[in-house]
Parts: sequence; structure tokens; C-alpha cells
Amino acid sequence: MKLSTFLLIILITFNFTNLSSEENNDKIKNKISKNIRCLICQGQSVYDSQSDFAVSIKLIIDKKLNEGLNENEIYDFLKKQYGEWISYDPEFNKKTFILWILPILLFVIGGAIILRKFIVQKL
Amino acid sequence: MKNKIILSALLLFFTFCFVVLYKGLNNSNIYVPETKSEKTLIKFNSTDLYSGNKISSDQIFVGSEYYVLNIWASWCVPCREEHPKLIKLSKNKSIKLIGLNYRDNSKNAKRFINEFGDPYFMIIKDSKGIISVDLGAIGVPETFIINKDKKIIKRFLGSLSEKSLNEINLITK
Repeated sequence: MKLSTFLLIILITFNFTNLSSEENNDKIKNKISKNIRCLICQGQSVYDSQSDFAVSIKLIIDKKLNEGLNENEIYDFLKKQYGEWISYDPEFNKKTFILWILPILLFVIGGAIILRKFIVQKL
Repeated sequence: MKNKIILSALLLFFTFCFVVLYKGLNNSNIYVPETKSEKTLIKFNSTDLYSGNKISSDQIFVGSEYYVLNIWASWCVPCREEHPKLIKLSKNKSIKLIGLNYRDNSKNAKRFINEFGDPYFMIIKDSKGIISVDLGAIGVPETFIINKDKKIIKRFLGSLSEKSLNEINLITK
């Protein structure tokens, strides 16, 4: 009786572990496919699209996750195949630096101007 | 004086940003993949459409100077348009023309070949489209020229034109 209870507990725990790993893979798969552009669709991510291209990309993300690749490795693989354009999250490089730096610069410069005016008014 | 320098620097910076971003507006926002870079062909496994035998890329890409890999499907309308050009291309004896049947039903693929003719040396299946993604393809039809070192030396997006045929013949001469 005790042995069967023990085996039952082991079986349930093992099943739940499997389930949670599958759920985790699904979450990562959805996250990646939402960040990947469907190259043959207009303004749709791979997650949103049902085109053949998007379905193939979803399958390959699944395959790569099962092979043990992590999120960044999958992004790198897709960028290697299709270029930077496939990702909705542009990297910081010589082509995109203005895109990244400009808002911060505007914030800093604007903040400095406001602060200066505020200090001058107080004085 | 100090204020003037700061103002000029700011003006210069924003003019620079404006010019860069304005130039960017003229760039096309339609995805155009790289068609000239030399990429090494990935290793893959597939099955032969007719025999159903498993076959690896190492077994397929052997014994020729050049290979032309054409991705096609029976449901793809431009592939029908392209097919007579592939028949013409199959007369080029210096190439091995390989067909990669993309996300297709085998029965329909065979019917397509029976109806329009078989230009291929071999047809392999890509039922899930995974091999095509590994090749960096975005759709059908798409054609790759591969050399004996298994390097993709050229790719053609969409249906092959007479001009592309001449280009293939010129490269593989």
C-alpha cells in the first residue's frame, strides 16, 4: 500500500514537472514569436500570422527549444538566417544608435533646461 | 559666448539627426533579403518524394560542379508559371536540379509533376517548411545556386524569369 502511494506520488510529480516544462516552452515560444516579424505579412508578427512562413517559423522555434537552445540563441539563429529586420527589438549598432540615444539625449537636455530655468527663477 | 557654443552644438546635433532620419525615410520598408552573400549550405535530412527513402544533404549534393535548388509547391500559382523555365533549365548538363517540395501534399505534388513534367534530378520533401527556414527562404518559389563546396552563391526570390535563367546558365557555364 505504502509502495503504491509512493509510486503514485512519484508519477504525479513527474507528470507535473513535464507539464510545467512544456508550459514554460510554450510561454517562451509565444514570447519569441511575438518579437519576430512575419516577413511576408504586413505589420504582423509571426505569433499573429497563419501564413506558411509564420507556421514554419513557429515550428522551427519549437524545434530549437526542444534541442535545448535558449531564447537569445534562437533570436541569433533567426537573425543569421533573415537579418536584423526579422526582430522587432533592434540591437544597438551603428545603424540604430540614433534611435536609442536620441530619446535619452532629449530627456537629459530637456531636463537640464527645465532645471536651469527653475534654479534661475529661485535665485 | 558659452551659451552660443552650446546652442551651435545643439543645432549641429539636431541637424545631423534630421539629415540621418530624413534619409532613412527614403529607404524601402519592404523586406529584401540578401541575395548575393555566400552562405554555407546547412546539413539537413529529408525524404525522397517518390521512393519515400530518407536522404541527407550530403547524399544529395554530391558529384556535380553546381546544384540548383528550387523550392516549389503544387498549390503555388507562380510555380506553375515558373515550371516551363525549369524544364528549359534541366537541359543544362552542368547542373543538378533539385526540387524541394514545400509544405505540400505528396499526392498533389506528384499530380503536378505528371501534369507539367519533371525537370528535377531529384525531389525531396519539406513537409513542415523547416528546411526552407534553415536555408533562409521566405516563400515559394525560391531558387538557390549552390557550388561544389556547398556554398549558396546566388538566390532568386519568386518565379524565375528568362533573365534569371540566363544568369544561372552564365554562372554554371
